[in-house]
Amino acid sequence: MQIDLLPRERSTATLNLLILLGSLLAGLLAISVVFALNGVNPALAIFSIFKGSFGSWYGIKETITKAIPLILIGSGLALAYKAKFWNIGAESQLLVGAIFSTWVGLNWGPHLPAIVLVPLMFLAAFIGGALWGMVPAVLKIRFGINEVISTLMLNYIAAEFVKFLVVGPWKGASKGGYPYTDDLPAAAILNQFPYSRISPVLLILAVTGALILGWLVYRSRFGYEIRVIGENTYAAKYSGINFFRTLVVLMAISGGMAGLAGAGELMSIHHYLSYPDSLSAGYGFTAIIVAWLARLNPAYTIVSGLFFAGIVVGGDAIQISMGMPAATVDIFNGMILVFLIMGDFFISHRVRIRLGRTVDA
Amino acid sequence: MNRILCLEMRGISKSFVDVKANRDINLTISSGEILGLLGENGAGKTTLMNILYGLYRPDDGEILVNGEVVKLRNPKDSMRVGIGMIHQHFMLVEKHTVLENIALGYDEAPFFFPQRTLRKRIWELSAQYGLDVDPDKPIWELSAGEQQRVEIIKALSRKADLLIMDEPTSVLTPQETEELFDILRKMSSGGHSVILISHKLEEILNICNRVMVLRKGLLTGEARIEEVDKGKLAVMMIGRQIAAAYPKADINPGDVVLEVTGLDVDSDRGLPAVRHLSLQVHRHEILGIAGVSGNGQQELVETITGLRQPLSGSILMKGVPLDHADARKAHTLGITHVPEERIKYGIVPNLLLYENSVLKRHRDAPFSSWIQMNYGAIKDHAGKLVDSFQVDTPSINVRVKNLSGGNIQKLILGREISGGPELLVAAHPTYGLDVGATEYIRKQIIELRDSGGAVLLISEDLDELFMVCDRIAVMFEGRFMGQVTPESCTVEEIGLMMTGSTIQEE
Repeated sequence: MQIDLLPRERSTATLNLLILLGSLLAGLLAISVVFALNGVNPALAIFSIFKGSFGSWYGIKETITKAIPLILIGSGLALAYKAKFWNIGAESQLLVGAIFSTWVGLNWGPHLPAIVLVPLMFLAAFIGGALWGMVPAVLKIRFGINEVISTLMLNYIAAEFVKFLVVGPWKGASKGGYPYTDDLPAAAILNQFPYSRISPVLLILAVTGALILGWLVYRSRFGYEIRVIGENTYAAKYSGINFFRTLVVLMAISGGMAGLAGAGELMSIHHYLSYPDSLSAGYGFTAIIVAWLARLNPAYTIVSGLFFAGIVVGGDAIQISMGMPAATVDIFNGMILVFLIMGDFFISHRVRIRLGRTVDA
Repeated sequence: MNRILCLEMRGISKSFVDVKANRDINLTISSGEILGLLGENGAGKTTLMNILYGLYRPDDGEILVNGEVVKLRNPKDSMRVGIGMIHQHFMLVEKHTVLENIALGYDEAPFFFPQRTLRKRIWELSAQYGLDVDPDKPIWELSAGEQQRVEIIKALSRKADLLIMDEPTSVLTPQETEELFDILRKMSSGGHSVILISHKLEEILNICNRVMVLRKGLLTGEARIEEVDKGKLAVMMIGRQIAAAYPKADINPGDVVLEVTGLDVDSDRGLPAVRHLSLQVHRHEILGIAGVSGNGQQELVETITGLRQPLSGSILMKGVPLDHADARKAHTLGITHVPEERIKYGIVPNLLLYENSVLKRHRDAPFSSWIQMNYGAIKDHAGKLVDSFQVDTPSINVRVKNLSGGNIQKLILGREISGGPELLVAAHPTYGLDVGATEYIRKQIIELRDSGGAVLLISEDLDELFMVCDRIAVMFEGRFMGQVTPESCTVEEIGLMMTGSTIQEE
């Protein structure tokens, strides 16, 4: 028997969908092995995850709550990845966004009505995330510094800076020694649907944001240029595309979207700035998989964001009901990402298996 | 294995999908000989040598060493019989030292203290052939000439008797070239044989004992070096018959469109590529640039199209200076470009045909406004291009990578011509294309010229230049050796200029 890997000349939408579903299925099978090794019935565990997230009103509401930051960040990441700019720093862009909007909320909040304050805080968050995102873009184009390393390392800097703020200069007088800032003024707090933690403003922001970014990638001139850069930098040079401007704007948008997610978590859920891991729960990393599952189409992150939010919520549920360790969800997500990336290989290649004796070609 | 006293390739043929790269070629070389292998790009020299080095298998023919048939299935087989090859681009690990690079694939080192044995071997070889290198220096600190010596030591340390060198002097300075030739002479007097691939006649005459000339996959000449001179070699390399010119409208050239004065440009390696060159192209005129590739044509094209920064000199496009590397400005001034490496630069293989149909023109009306692409207009445009430039494709919604080379080139040419450019810069536009596509593309270029465009056509194919151009300039080492009209000049004259001799214009 001989197995050949050949480049695939044509790929159709149906084929892509089948490969995507196949990758997910293979990922679930691999995770099943992990469950089985832990002495848990895999079918039951996977069923419980989705029952936990989509099987009850409470689960669905929590899933949507967690999907919002994933959609915001994931759509921005999809945009960056379209240009093959590997932004791994959404986690810190989220944090810097939260820092900027906290500053606006605490300093200007008491004097402004909600109708002015809320947009201002979102704007500040976008600017914060954008500035933090532009740093690795400039470093890459001007000094050739690998963006994977720089964005990843900037995560630590931002996280430590948040810790410094909440135990140091911004430590709230009203918080009795806990490392939190003071509560944001009431005008800065977003309303939520009754009996849920879903903020309508955020929901609209996330869905329209993802749709606008989808339009940007596939319909705008800017999107055309980032797709040319992503697919063939030589052709981009040949056609006179301005790399510096395009990539800096791209990362401003990508970082800004993560910044918005940071402000959203702050204004809807937490109401004050605290330790980085309580503010974000790793959304910046989970969103990488969200963008990938959406096949880098920002609009599709609305669906893939819900899917992964479901896994996060359901994973929490089975931790409690089946006694699985807390890392279960991370393993689950990691496995899915690895299999999705492996699936991409089969979009560009096909496998030919020939039975019988090998003939020396 | 015994030393190679005599190597013979018999009746070698090799074809790729639709190109016959080698047709029934016989080659013999014996110990101590330096054989020059001469031909234009695409003549089949490298294919033939890759067969000898075991990288390709011939469709037909056999290889004999000392009279016995050998099968060379991969480079390991070739090394075992004593064949070594030094590629044009060195195969060295930049961050490792000379010693470490030579150690790669050196099988005879003992398990303990391998460095000691190897270092001794390197010193021996260095002393024997004058290959002066420091074994402990990292590769990136070495000049191109030194790196080449490392490659030679590497081949010799693996007991290569026959050394294939693919255009060894293309990266060397004149002094380094002299040093290399000294080394080669020492090697040949020590019983090694060398096959030297080159298209520089002077070098072949200078160093080789014998020369073989390939053209379009065929062996077109073979001679002892005493029997030939530059003129004879040029004719063997280029061929004698020139096909009849295409019909052109009888129009005199109009105003100056492009004016280049005193242009100096460096290559990527920092060596002078274009030296104080001046040219003019007029409306209704096709200026051809002949010359063996690597004489600065690529750098000249890149500078005119805004992809490369000139050192000095001026480029005026209809009186407007183009002094920075700015491809967008070149485009807005009306310069379009059919690039030499068309797949690498000219298209985005993973984007759809209609998306590629406006590459570089994507910022122009009506294809986009300041924010939005107008895909309706773009698809109309793509449909028209496909129809009028005979691009064979199932639809405009396919990825361009699925098109054949000829159809990709028609698409690029169509895209670059359809906007009615002031100046078309076309580099090797028909290279590697089939007869039909070639003819079509040449006719389109002439049509552009008839309708008022200026064309700068860079080509290695003299047939093409004679058939298409109004004037031909011959480029050698960054300069023009002369400018001629196709009607008043012979292939011999062009051949001499291509190899560095000037002729007086009357």
